[in-house]
Amino acid sequence: MSSGNVLQDLADRIVAQAKPGEQVEAYVSRGGETSIRIYEGEVEHFVSAQSESVGIRVIKDGRTGYAYAGTLDESVLSEVFAEARDNVQFGSVDEWAGLAEPDGVAKVPQELWNEELAHFPTAEKIAIAKELEKLTLATDSRIRIDDANYDDAYGETAFATTSGIRAHGRENGCYVSVGTLADDGDETQTGFGFSVGRTPTEFNLGRAAREAADRATRLLGATKPQSKRTTIVLDPYVTAQFLRVLSGSFSGENVQKGRSFFAERLGESVANPLVTLIDDPTNPLAYSATDIDGEGLAARRNVLIENGVLKQFLHSSYSARRGQTRSTGSAVRTGGTPGVSCLAMQLVPGTGTQEELISQVSDGVLIQMVQGLHSGVNPISGDFSTGASGLLITNGQVGAPIREFTIASTLQRMLQDVVAIGGDIEWLPMSANGMSLVINDVTMSGA
Amino acid sequence: MSTLSELVGKETIEKVLAKGRSTGAGFSEIFIEDKRSTSAGLDDGRIEQVTTGRDRGAGIRVVHGETTGFAHTADLSEAGLLQAAEAAAVAAKQGSGGVVTVALGGVDTHPVNDVQILPNEVPKTRKVELLERANEAARSIDKAVVQVSAGYGDSVRRILVANSEGVFAADDQVRTLFRVSVVASGDGGMQTGYDSMGRTIGFELFDLYDVEELAAGAARQAVTKLKARPAPSGALPVVIKRGSGGVLFHEACGHGLEADLVGKGASVYRGKVGEMVASSLVTLIDDGTMSGEWGAIGIDDEGHHSQKNTLIENGVLTDYMWDYLRARKENHRQSGNGRRQSYMHLPMVRMTNTFVINGTSEPDDIVKATKNGVYVAKLGGGSVNTASGDFVFGMTEAYLIENGEITEPLREGNLIGNGPQVLRDIDLLGNDFAMGNPGTCGKDGQGVPVGDGQPTLRVKSLTIGGTAA
Repeated sequence: MSSGNVLQDLADRIVAQAKPGEQVEAYVSRGGETSIRIYEGEVEHFVSAQSESVGIRVIKDGRTGYAYAGTLDESVLSEVFAEARDNVQFGSVDEWAGLAEPDGVAKVPQELWNEELAHFPTAEKIAIAKELEKLTLATDSRIRIDDANYDDAYGETAFATTSGIRAHGRENGCYVSVGTLADDGDETQTGFGFSVGRTPTEFNLGRAAREAADRATRLLGATKPQSKRTTIVLDPYVTAQFLRVLSGSFSGENVQKGRSFFAERLGESVANPLVTLIDDPTNPLAYSATDIDGEGLAARRNVLIENGVLKQFLHSSYSARRGQTRSTGSAVRTGGTPGVSCLAMQLVPGTGTQEELISQVSDGVLIQMVQGLHSGVNPISGDFSTGASGLLITNGQVGAPIREFTIASTLQRMLQDVVAIGGDIEWLPMSANGMSLVINDVTMSGA
Repeated sequence: MSTLSELVGKETIEKVLAKGRSTGAGFSEIFIEDKRSTSAGLDDGRIEQVTTGRDRGAGIRVVHGETTGFAHTADLSEAGLLQAAEAAAVAAKQGSGGVVTVALGGVDTHPVNDVQILPNEVPKTRKVELLERANEAARSIDKAVVQVSAGYGDSVRRILVANSEGVFAADDQVRTLFRVSVVASGDGGMQTGYDSMGRTIGFELFDLYDVEELAAGAARQAVTKLKARPAPSGALPVVIKRGSGGVLFHEACGHGLEADLVGKGASVYRGKVGEMVASSLVTLIDDGTMSGEWGAIGIDDEGHHSQKNTLIENGVLTDYMWDYLRARKENHRQSGNGRRQSYMHLPMVRMTNTFVINGTSEPDDIVKATKNGVYVAKLGGGSVNTASGDFVFGMTEAYLIENGEITEPLREGNLIGNGPQVLRDIDLLGNDFAMGNPGTCGKDGQGVPVGDGQPTLRVKSLTIGGTAA
């Protein structure tokens, strides 16, 4: 049985070696990246890299073992298989352990591979990054460049299992980014800008340059604010980061293991009725769009919160079996056994520009950047506290810059305290979209 | 496990380095890595799986003028390496610079870590048993403990580095790690506890430390927090327990003392060598030779010996940390801080074990001297904007200090401060130095193992990002 695809054939060959009583999954991938960094008009580094890996999962009598290697070298494959088999004996018996099975859901056709990018000339990639540096420098005399970057990557994956899964996918993408430093006397503030595309011809370099300069220069002269309760307006990029923090709470596996504050809340109001949140990796506008999940099942659109009401949890084949439901095509691979995660979170936009939202706020803060979401937010308890910088809002107008403060609440309360959602949707180089978001009643801690 | 110099011969390495310079580049380097790792995870009362992994390959770096070309390959055959060297050379410079030869001497080593029991020689059953013991110990603390996850990990990383300037060095880095996370549930919702231990040693880690004690500590942390009240909002004095706050220095000044960031003018500490940048109580060291500690290395990932470097002495900035490129550019000596995550990454300036040495205060006196404030017993991660100096770090276990006594537990939150200001605001330093938890430091998308440490200390004012007025 040859598919004409090298990776699929390799995965098939591994699985064909399964012994009676063994369930086997082969997960094979390869990819590459180009990373170009420009500094002061010259190439600072040029990285051209290829990588490949194979992971083999073996399940026998309810016990699971796993092994991987960062090569597809034939001589290493047998070692990986033997290690995975050996590891089986140390796993606990788990009645729900098993592989995904074909579920009849068809892949949504998507154009995840772009031939133009695959053949885009290196010299032009370098020229794009140089142009971005030049444009950014030209925006403002107070601006210096930390680095200007062009990055692209491609990846190809194949799955095969003894339970009948055969899936293959490939995708590529590219983005440019620029980091800025703005100086005023002894003070330095930083900013960043980026642009994403399926091909470099889709980049908007001018906008990336302007945003990188604005983010840094707007903060010059910023002071530490007084502590108080206030209303915050999140920039689209910050909204996307906020959505990512919520991701784990929608995982059916976290619900089953007592790690989600949404457990027992299905069908209840968990957010302001303005909030409709979906996970949709089949939307080609999403940077993390994909047609297959981490077990080779078709990726699909899942509604998480509809008009404030919690609609469903996400599942891999494991958590689905355990919860007596169906996989939602939400498996992800980070280590051995598949986990469960949102793949492409999308808040349904409201209407209005950021300016219009701000005009409704009599006293608040526009949050331009956050710092320390990984250290100050606990997605299990819901405690939320993050460092931030931004601009004060008074009587519907943005004013003086502020920095070195935190904003705090709980994730549960913040969802209920959403009072407006902007129509200024942005597709960002991450697994969530963004738009301006207004949240009431958070604590700002400063001087 | 064969040594890397057996796997890739010296003559091949010399050819690869010569090929790297064939387009006229001044410098070429090969970094070969062979890493075997084992991990085992327990969650929800079950050993989910044991995983073994193998990552092996080489990264080739070519520097032409100010431009670095880099390529990596998992193919360690001479043909595979030469192909990668050519790709790196072309990336650094289009054109031809003629024939170059490179000759190397013997392999240099600088062992600083003493490994008693190689973890790959220990039966996997014993690794799995540790997880079960931790699970039971955590669950036995209180019936409020509803979930426990525990992880075991070990790795044996062999590296060999050679460059066109004659560096030819090897190191074996063996690390063993154990971590426990606990969820406790009560009337007010869920709370979490976490603790970990890890050293650059072998399986003897578990003769030195007790997994039950670690697990019980994490469980008590979660259970205690069930009764926690919201953390204060605003500026207060903060006392940080010994061995828990090294991340403060890592963020408040460590990153800002990395010469690559300084060189680009992206650090608040640029141009400050010889100046008073901290309270005179503070002497800050970065020491890659600190045997057995999480950030200890024999050589860095550019083949330079690890070193003990004084960064701040009695409050005065003495030096930055350096890698090959930045040292060459500024005609400075290297400091053993050129590190990379794996053969797939370029090296850059990174910390090793970063710590503040003892002061003279009794830790109890530091608390007593604080009328009202916050006592942080365990810090989480942090991050810094080196250009502005603003940094945050999370407190995962903290208490109120009222009238000089530690009182009620607090919910989690971030603390925020400005590096240079906080360093000046350290007004009491204890005599009870301890190293902290094993850390992974992230920079530019790469993670490397780092250690940190400090005695109990007080910062006279830090902003606490809670919700209580």
